[in-house]
Amino acid sequence: MSTVPTQDLSARGWLPGQTPNNSFSALDFAVPSDFSAYGAAAAVDPAVPLASVLHRQGRALWSAARRVPSGLALAWGVIGLVAAWAAAPGLFTGYSAVSGEAAEARLPPSAAHWLGTDELGRDLLARIIYGASESLTGAFVAVAVGLVLGTLTGLIAGSSRRWVDDLLMRAVDVLLSVPALLVSLSIIILLGFGTTNAAIAVGVASVANFARLARAEVVRVRYTDYVEAAFGSGGRFAAVLWRHVLPNSLTAVLAVSALQFGTAILAISTLGFLGYGAPPPTPEWGLLIAEGRNYIATAWWLTTFPGLVVVAVVIAANRISASLRGEGTR
Amino acid sequence: MIRFLLRRFGQAFVVLWAAFTATFLLLQALPGDAILIKFQSPELGLSPEQIAELRTLYGADSPLWQQYGATLSGFLQGNFGYSLHRGVPVADSLGQALPVTAGLTVLSVIAAVALALLLAAVSALTPLRWLRSALLSVPSLFISIPVFWLGIALIQIFSFRLKLIPVIGAGPWESLILPVATLAVPISAPLAQVLIRSLDAVQTQPFVAVARAKGASRRWVLWRHVLRNAVPPVLALGGVLFGELLAGAVVTETVFGLNGLGRLTEQAVNFQDAAVLQAVVVLAAAGFVTVNLLVDLITPLLDPRLALHRSSLSAGGPA
Repeated sequence: MSTVPTQDLSARGWLPGQTPNNSFSALDFAVPSDFSAYGAAAAVDPAVPLASVLHRQGRALWSAARRVPSGLALAWGVIGLVAAWAAAPGLFTGYSAVSGEAAEARLPPSAAHWLGTDELGRDLLARIIYGASESLTGAFVAVAVGLVLGTLTGLIAGSSRRWVDDLLMRAVDVLLSVPALLVSLSIIILLGFGTTNAAIAVGVASVANFARLARAEVVRVRYTDYVEAAFGSGGRFAAVLWRHVLPNSLTAVLAVSALQFGTAILAISTLGFLGYGAPPPTPEWGLLIAEGRNYIATAWWLTTFPGLVVVAVVIAANRISASLRGEGTR
Repeated sequence: MIRFLLRRFGQAFVVLWAAFTATFLLLQALPGDAILIKFQSPELGLSPEQIAELRTLYGADSPLWQQYGATLSGFLQGNFGYSLHRGVPVADSLGQALPVTAGLTVLSVIAAVALALLLAAVSALTPLRWLRSALLSVPSLFISIPVFWLGIALIQIFSFRLKLIPVIGAGPWESLILPVATLAVPISAPLAQVLIRSLDAVQTQPFVAVARAKGASRRWVLWRHVLRNAVPPVLALGGVLFGELLAGAVVTETVFGLNGLGRLTEQAVNFQDAAVLQAVVVLAAAGFVTVNLLVDLITPLLDPRLALHRSSLSAGGPA
């Protein structure tokens, strides 16, 4: 069984004119409620001995854990680990990310340096661990920028007059006609280099996806009975949007956000590799690979391991996104 | 049909014009403009007056709408402005870079299509469940790999470990193998996924059962009947793949040191060479729009049902 998600590329906006399928089933990792219902039902019945209740609870817990597909559990594990690296890097490594022993330059992986050392004798694992915050923060900023700008655009388009809708969605089409990387580069040439700027640039490039999603969601629920009823009972537009449209779109938005999170990690590492992101000696993952590239004949570990980490995080994010869309419950 | 064509052409031009205008306005907002960056350095010893004179010469001090008009009419005539960093017209730089990128991308598309067909055909024909499920996850793996890292990994494996392809002094074809392989991977991913899905959808159609009942082999049915009907959804990816190719070329050319459009773009960003970047962006939009237009025109030829549909509804497909 492979842990690689079979996710839908059309959800990335790869297929023109197509929005993600919105038939979302319940989140397939929302298990605890299931389990507590089990326990409560058993506890009510006085005839059942305690041991049996516990036993049944244990079984319920076990089957609940089993129901989370192993690939998905692994995906959450990867994201959790990387988030922990970002939050408290000092817990995971004793080495410094920016200073090293010159005598220990370019050592292959060993017991002392699990992933080897770089040209300045810095521990590679430490640099990857400290780089996590760089990449994760960047990806969060990128998703936030895309989410806010895109959702606003989509909401306005979906709930405005015909010509406003047309105008905004044609603007989104124009944004989609230029490859995301080139959009990002145009923003970077304007804002200058740096982690935040690169993240903003990546976010702007994803606005179109969020805008299409938000518009599709608004249009989908706009004429449903309960939204009509909310308007009919005197609901104001913004209030209806907030109370009825938004909660119904939440899973879809989360799924696309997770997908964009993975895309943003990739895009930010690409910009870092090209030298537009954080300046050295920041241990950003793309930059690590760019620096390791100078030693590819002699030190394979310098490029291989940071790349594998990026691949793992992106696959994990895609897997989680697929599960939020209710796919791939293997 | 004529009305549909006119509409589609009109849409294409509007998108192109809007892309041009948006990039123009964006790059005009550039704080340090390229003229200052190039001529301000103390080594040149230019006085502020001389710089001002140069700005007049390049038309950088005329009002915005005048610059816009001049640039737009220049683009319409194939004059993409002047690259200050390189000191040559942008059109010349593009002309030099284009053949390299064209060769790389065309070969990559061929390789990607072959790879996608292989993945789809094997997953459709194999009786082994584990193999099929493994193949189904290949596209998702492919899009999760950073292109630049893949290029470096391929160099490491094939040039340094196996020593199959020399790093220095490889022939013109030999030196293209790894870049083409690198670029083909991200392009083949969406192709393969849509093709597999499309094959699955067509396989369940009644006419496939009829063909099988007539005694055709699975392979024959797949090749003669199913594949043909599975192609239109794949064609719809054309425009997006064009963009992905160009974006992938930026990274691939940087990794492999090829002097194509991608390299040109990378350097334009490094030196804030707005003219070059604008030309590349407009070129990318033009390619995207053209490919989508072609796809819209070709699809009805492959599937007559769509042609009927379209004339009866007289509605254009999604842009």
